[in-house]
Order: sequence, then C-alpha cells, then structure tokens
Amino acid sequence: MAHHQMRSADTGPEQHERGSGIVFDNVRKDYHRAGGGAGSHAAVDGVTFRIEPGEFIVLLGPSGCGKTTLLKLINRLIEPTSGTIAIDGVEIHRKPAVELRRGIGYVIQQSGLFPHLRVRDNVAVVPSLLKWPKEETAQRVNDLLDLVGLPAATYANRYPAQLSGGEQQRVGLARALAVRPRTMLMDEPFGALDAITRVRLQDEVKRIHQQFHQTIVFVTHDIEEAVKLADRIVIMRDGRVVQIGSPVEVVTAPANAFVTDLVGAGDLMRRLALLPVGQAVVSASPGVDGLASLGPAASLREALSLVLESPAGRAAVRDGSDSIVGEVSLASIQQAVATGEPTPAVPVSVG
Amino acid sequence: MDLSYLTGHWREVWQLTLEHLRLSGLAILIAFPFAAVIGTVAAVVRPLTFPIMALLGFLYTIPSLALLAFLIPSQGLGTRPALIMLVLYAQVFMVRNIVAGLRGVNAATLEAASGMGMSAWQRYVRVWVPLASPVIVAGIRTALVAVIGLTTIAGWINAGGLGELLFVGIGRNYPAMVLAGVIAIIVLAVVTDLVLRAAERLTPVARADRASRRR
Repeated sequence: MAHHQMRSADTGPEQHERGSGIVFDNVRKDYHRAGGGAGSHAAVDGVTFRIEPGEFIVLLGPSGCGKTTLLKLINRLIEPTSGTIAIDGVEIHRKPAVELRRGIGYVIQQSGLFPHLRVRDNVAVVPSLLKWPKEETAQRVNDLLDLVGLPAATYANRYPAQLSGGEQQRVGLARALAVRPRTMLMDEPFGALDAITRVRLQDEVKRIHQQFHQTIVFVTHDIEEAVKLADRIVIMRDGRVVQIGSPVEVVTAPANAFVTDLVGAGDLMRRLALLPVGQAVVSASPGVDGLASLGPAASLREALSLVLESPAGRAAVRDGSDSIVGEVSLASIQQAVATGEPTPAVPVSVG
Repeated sequence: MDLSYLTGHWREVWQLTLEHLRLSGLAILIAFPFAAVIGTVAAVVRPLTFPIMALLGFLYTIPSLALLAFLIPSQGLGTRPALIMLVLYAQVFMVRNIVAGLRGVNAATLEAASGMGMSAWQRYVRVWVPLASPVIVAGIRTALVAVIGLTTIAGWINAGGLGELLFVGIGRNYPAMVLAGVIAIIVLAVVTDLVLRAAERLTPVARADRASRRR
C-alpha cells in the first residue's frame, strides 16, 4: 500500500501511468424521501459496469438521473447503501477516504476554487496536503499553469475573483491534475460557461486526456459535449444505466425511445456528424480527380456539405497517402443514411 | 463643558483608560475560545443551532446590573465577577457572528475541499474559518465595543476602569470628573472600533476582494 501513496510524487515530469480501471458492482444509493413520506427512493439503483483503464467515460442523463451521485460515490463524497466500487481491483473502502480522494482529481462546476487563495496556492492544495517539497510544488504549479494555457508569470499571483469563468475552470483543471492522478472526476465542469469558452475547454480536456491517458469520468447533460469527448457514453435514467456505448453506437443504435429522445438520434445532421465518410464511399467514376476531396477521417456531414457545394454533385475521398479510394455523392450519402447499416469499417456492437 | 478634570488629571484618566482596555481585552481573550467552540458546534450540529442561539438571546435580555447583582453573593466584588459578566455578554456577539460566518460559506466550496482530500480539521482550518473570517472578526469588534461599554458598569463593583470616574464623580457631585470619564470611554470605544475595522481588511478574504476590485 505504501508504494501506492508515494507513486504520485515521484513519477517523472509528465509521465502519467495509464489510468485506473474502475468496477461498479451492483451499486445502490437510497435516500429517504423528502417531506417525511414513508420509504426511500434510489438515486443510484443497482449499477454494474466496468470502466477500462484510460477510458474517457461520460455519464449522461437528465437532471435527477443519478449521474452526479454515481460520480461522488467514486470518491466517497457519498457513501453507497449497498454494492461495491473497486479502483484497480481495490475496493475503495479499504483505505481512508481522505487518502483515496488525494489520488483522484476532482473538478466541479463553477470551479470550486478557494476564493481566499491565490491561483498558485489553489493549484498547490493537494501537493501541500501530501507535503511535497516546496521547490517541487512551485515547479509543478508553473508546469500545470502552462499546460492549461495560463502563463504563471501573469496568473500565479491572482485571486480567483480576478479571473474569467473560463480561466477559473482552467485553474480548477490544473488543480485537479496537480499530483498526476490516474483518475479524474469531472462534474459538469463547463456547465456555466459560454458556448465559445466551453468548446475551447472541451478541446483542452480532450488534448490532456490524449496526452496522459488518465481515466476520466465526466458528468454532463449536454449530448454534444458527451459525443465530442467520450470514448463511451453511459446513459442514465432514474438511477439506472440505460445504455453504454460509443457515441456512434448510442446515436445510431439507441437502446430505446428514451435514449433516442435524449441523444436526438432522430436528428439527421447529428447522425451525419458522427458517421464516418467511409459509410457512403462508392467506387470512383471518371473525372473524380478534379473534384474537391476529403480525408478518411471526415464525417458524412462534411461530405454532404462538400457534395452540395460541388457543381458535379460529387466529392473525392482520398486516403492518407492522397490516393483516391472512391467518391461520395448525394445518392450514396442518402443510401448510407437510409440503410443505417454500418459497414465493417465502423464496428457497432451494443451492450 | 467643564474639561478641568480631564486636563488636570490626564495621567490618572490615561491610567484608568489603560486599565479599562485591559479588562475589556482580557474578557474578549477569555471569551473567544469558548465562543469558537460554541459557535462551531452551533454551526455544525444543526439540531443545536436553535437552542444555543435562543439561550444567548435570553442572556442578552438580562440587564447587566441585574447580572452583576446576581454574581456578587457567590463571587464577591472586584475583577472576578466583572470578568464573568463581560465574558458572558461577549458570547452573544461572537457566537452569533461565528455561526453566521461559518454558515455563510458556500457549501460547494467546502465539498470541493473534501473532494481534494482535506480531512475535516484541515478543511476547517484552511478553508472554512478563513472564508468566514471577515464576519468572525466583525463579531469580535462588535463584542469588544459592547464590552468596553459594559466595563464601565464594572466600576460599580470596584473592578477598576473608567467607570470609577463616573461612579465616584456622581457620588461627590463632581460633574467635571464624570465628563472626563464619559469622554474617555467614548474615545476608547471609537478608536477600538476603527482599529478593528482596519484588522478586518487584513483577513485573506478581504485582501482577495480588494485585489479583484483592482482588476
């Protein structure tokens, strides 16, 4: 156990290990009904699933569905009524809550920064709880502020109230990353930000995840955000998990009417944005060389827009080495949407 | 206005002022640890909030003279019963502000502190009290100013301080002496108030507030 506690302090500059695996086994949380009524209701009701190391998991659902409760069960801000949660195979109650939480990054809405502490001291909160040496902490704070795009020279001595909402949330992110946690919990972190700032911070979180491969559990009610960030989306309703799947899976193959409604699977443009161009590629016909072209990573939505702009009504699809693999047209896109049958290029499995 | 006593006996008035301040300050120093514990308990243990506040409200309604008269049979005359009275009254102001200050701190900020891995004590010392400190310091200021007023009455039971000038002056029908005491008490109260208001500006929250207004 001792070497687990030390680990965070002596890994290299940005050498994150792979994220933690988290296993929920029949987790349940009951609350007594408000208003003194008899009985209780389950905020989280028999949740069982597994988060793979390094996965970006988004918990998605309407308010009151239990997603935030499920998140707080992981760092024991809420204790379960029954069931178990294990991180890297160790049940979370096997060590003190305080120690557990120091190893898990935590980001909340409105940043939750401490208003009486300067930015540098906010970021240094967990290192100071772990009694890191001063110089190491100072260096780490500078690195982190750089990482989240807030140069230390400008920002380190400011107070939270001197920052914009987006800047505060960046500091919140830096604070959560301070001791290189293998797991990050993010509770609607960008819910209060304007659209432009939100998109920037989403890009930032995605970049950080791709760089360090922490396991991230991210709560939101915003489907666009979920689709953009998640490796897998966990859709919740009334405390239960309704569907787990990749963004493409939940949008193209919603488990039921509730999910269809929630993710807007009926929204054709959203589906097009999620489906890769590969689904509509047909073999190239003469003259395709001179057409505008797309890469293999483009979405059907981009393909559609190019086709509509093209006088020929077609666009070329090229692979990584710039050679033509085929073409897309209005008809081929229509065909791909109508069948809804994913091609082998996009393996879809539900469950 | 007959200022003859004040000008003629300024050394004595100054000595009595210092004594007055010492007695009031001592009462606050003794009172604060009690208030901190009682206030924290009242803020944390919800079922106790109302009983504690009600008890303090009741204490506040007891006239200071009546309380002193009540203490004399067991405590006698002098500094001891005076200090007990002052410490009791100081609780009213300090506990009220400690409860209000602690309760006023954003619950999400406190949860964030727990979520970072602070123990209950670390959270209290590093986050909760600092964020409540402007209101707590304001409570100390209110209590000290009120106690400075009440210490006057302590002169009636030979506890010393500027009250002596008032009671002796009234007994000897010597208005200039009474006036000297009144002026000294007012000046002491006003200066104390100003000094502690300045201290409020030194709390971390107040500093952060000022910094953000400079933005």
